[in-house]
Amino acid sequence: MSTHPVEFVSPTQFRARVDEALHDGGLRENFRSAMQFLRDKRASQFPDADEMEGLRDVGEAVRKHALAHLPALLEKLEAQLRARGVHVHWAETPDEACAIVHGIATAAGARRVIKGKSMVSEEVELNHFLEARGIECLESDMGEYIVQLAGERPSHIVMPAIHKTRRDIAELFAEKIPDSTYTEDVDALIRTGRNVLRDRFMQADIGVSGVNFAVAETGTLWLVENEGNGRLTTTVPDIHIAMMGIEKVVDTLEHAIPLASLLPRSATGQATTTYFNLITGPRRDGEQDGPREMHVVLLDNGRTQAYADEQLRATLQCIRCGACMNHCPVYARVGGHAYGTTYPGPIGQILSPHLLGLEASRDLPTASSLCGACAEVCPVRIPIPDLLIRLRNEANRQPDDGAAQRLIGQGASFSVGQRLVWRFWSGIYASPARYRLLRWAATRLRVFTPRAQLGWTQHRTPLRPARRSLHDLMRERRQAK
Amino acid sequence: MQPRRLTPRPAHVYLFGTCLVDLFVPQAGVDAVRLLEREGLVVHFPPAQSCCGQPAYTSGNPDEARAVARAQLALFEHDWPIVVPSGSCAGMMREHWPKLFDDEPATQARARAVGERVHELAQFLVEVLHVDYSQADASPVTVGLHTSCSARREMGTRAHGVALLAALPGVSLETHANESECCGFGGVFSLKHADISGAMVRDKVAALEGVAPCFVTADCGCLLNITHAAQHRQRALAGEHIATFIMRRLEAGA
Repeated sequence: MSTHPVEFVSPTQFRARVDEALHDGGLRENFRSAMQFLRDKRASQFPDADEMEGLRDVGEAVRKHALAHLPALLEKLEAQLRARGVHVHWAETPDEACAIVHGIATAAGARRVIKGKSMVSEEVELNHFLEARGIECLESDMGEYIVQLAGERPSHIVMPAIHKTRRDIAELFAEKIPDSTYTEDVDALIRTGRNVLRDRFMQADIGVSGVNFAVAETGTLWLVENEGNGRLTTTVPDIHIAMMGIEKVVDTLEHAIPLASLLPRSATGQATTTYFNLITGPRRDGEQDGPREMHVVLLDNGRTQAYADEQLRATLQCIRCGACMNHCPVYARVGGHAYGTTYPGPIGQILSPHLLGLEASRDLPTASSLCGACAEVCPVRIPIPDLLIRLRNEANRQPDDGAAQRLIGQGASFSVGQRLVWRFWSGIYASPARYRLLRWAATRLRVFTPRAQLGWTQHRTPLRPARRSLHDLMRERRQAK
Repeated sequence: MQPRRLTPRPAHVYLFGTCLVDLFVPQAGVDAVRLLEREGLVVHFPPAQSCCGQPAYTSGNPDEARAVARAQLALFEHDWPIVVPSGSCAGMMREHWPKLFDDEPATQARARAVGERVHELAQFLVEVLHVDYSQADASPVTVGLHTSCSARREMGTRAHGVALLAALPGVSLETHANESECCGFGGVFSLKHADISGAMVRDKVAALEGVAPCFVTADCGCLLNITHAAQHRQRALAGEHIATFIMRRLEAGA
């Protein structure tokens, strides 16, 4: 198992991390078998292909509708939240989002934060920000807790500690949790973790959660989870802060229902999650429980860049089920940490360029064979391979080609050499005469074919043209007739 | 009962050979022609053809892909089906050519009209020609089948490869582990991310080898990827284009 610290990594190290991951046989085996398990579980949830395709159509339509009316729905959501006594905050950048949470904590004199699972809080690196300012953050989702204890970051958006074996966790708990004894029994390990967490829910001043769907019509936050930690996080502490990307809004409660069916079935192969929470405002007068104060932080962080482009907008349809990574042959081999992004796998490859710019993330769009397994399982039909190709186009764009600056870092992969190679290639293949010459040279001079052929021959024997091309053979057939 | 709608059996077809078949596996192209001629069709091979443009398209070079695709668009003057012995090239022509011409409505209409006539070879043999291979060699052989991802997902042709093998007496198909998983080719992906691609093809070789000493496929990108990776690892796994495999069985049965 790699014990490389994986905090604050960057996709610029993608190649080095891939290399490391591919040489880690244990990691490869873990991921492959875990992914196979999840693929089978998902398949078992969709026994009827027609039902699945119909539901995917609805899911896609609901998300497209929300994005088509995004500004209006966000305003409606804000108004509904405020009407129910929820404080609404807008953050353009990760730092702004962290500063908002820090400001709330400071105003309340809070020292301890308990966290439900929130990928947006990972995206803005909230734990790091708050801890640097003397506020303790504790993850309460078991997977997140394990990852935090190990000083790592999630390797999967739904199952953050999927890269860890039972033994890894046994060793980690024995080392880090005082008064615990070494055991590899899963139930005992979970009990140990829960015992630690249980007290901390009661001590926390603030609970920070994510949001699965924010319903504009009613100002309701829809939150799914399996451990009950989400419910504790959002009800026990006096202050609840929910963090969400601006794309998480849906129009009506009715619109959220098909998504709530697609999400657990696609993610973990469950018909439904153990808990689902519909949160509409803080504790009201006369109520026994719930937070006294509630905040929603809406984060942009590059999402409006995707929103502004008709094609790339589909990126924001995502409901974060992780099915694309579970089915991705690349993710299954390199694991989540290799990507160096909050969101790994296919969705991360199309989302991260907006969050981080194409300069830092330029190796991500190319790290796909475009096999299409991701798009085939995406519950909201995001055309991931098409978006990967589009991002490749934007990365290759000549920086001064006169096109409007659409994406941050566009042109990051441009090189004069590459451009000339492709010009040369199209010059040959678009011209029958030049292509005839190439065929003649390639077949007649085949003994001179180079033995080293870029990346191809690292894992394969060299290609060598045939003695006669299909064009030659077809001409001979014509003449013979 | 509704009358069954049959795709009319044409008298003429075009063959688009593809660049990989042309230079590296020409026998697959010849065998595709022979399989079509055996069904009584006249096969036309436009000599000015080269490549569908897929390498440039998938690597993010749309201008170059457009130039190459445009050069092919003029080659199919008659209203005949265009048969392609490679799933991913067929997918490129049918699904992606129109997208290249968003700014040129007339060319886009032409690309769409041409694309609609494109058939992957296995699909054409099964669905349009309803081939009968019952007279082929019946000696027993076990093979694996690899379906390219584009063929499977864009052209929906896995079932056709299975049907062709089922139509051949004596041939038994063994399904390999993770059968639907990509072999790792992906065009320029195999050069740009050579190690990830290498890990993928290594697993594919092992899976195919686990069920049979040889496999067939209808896609030459995958064929070259898997067979050259097997050679590199000094494995005995042999691969063949499905057209060549069928032709061999037919000849041996004659």
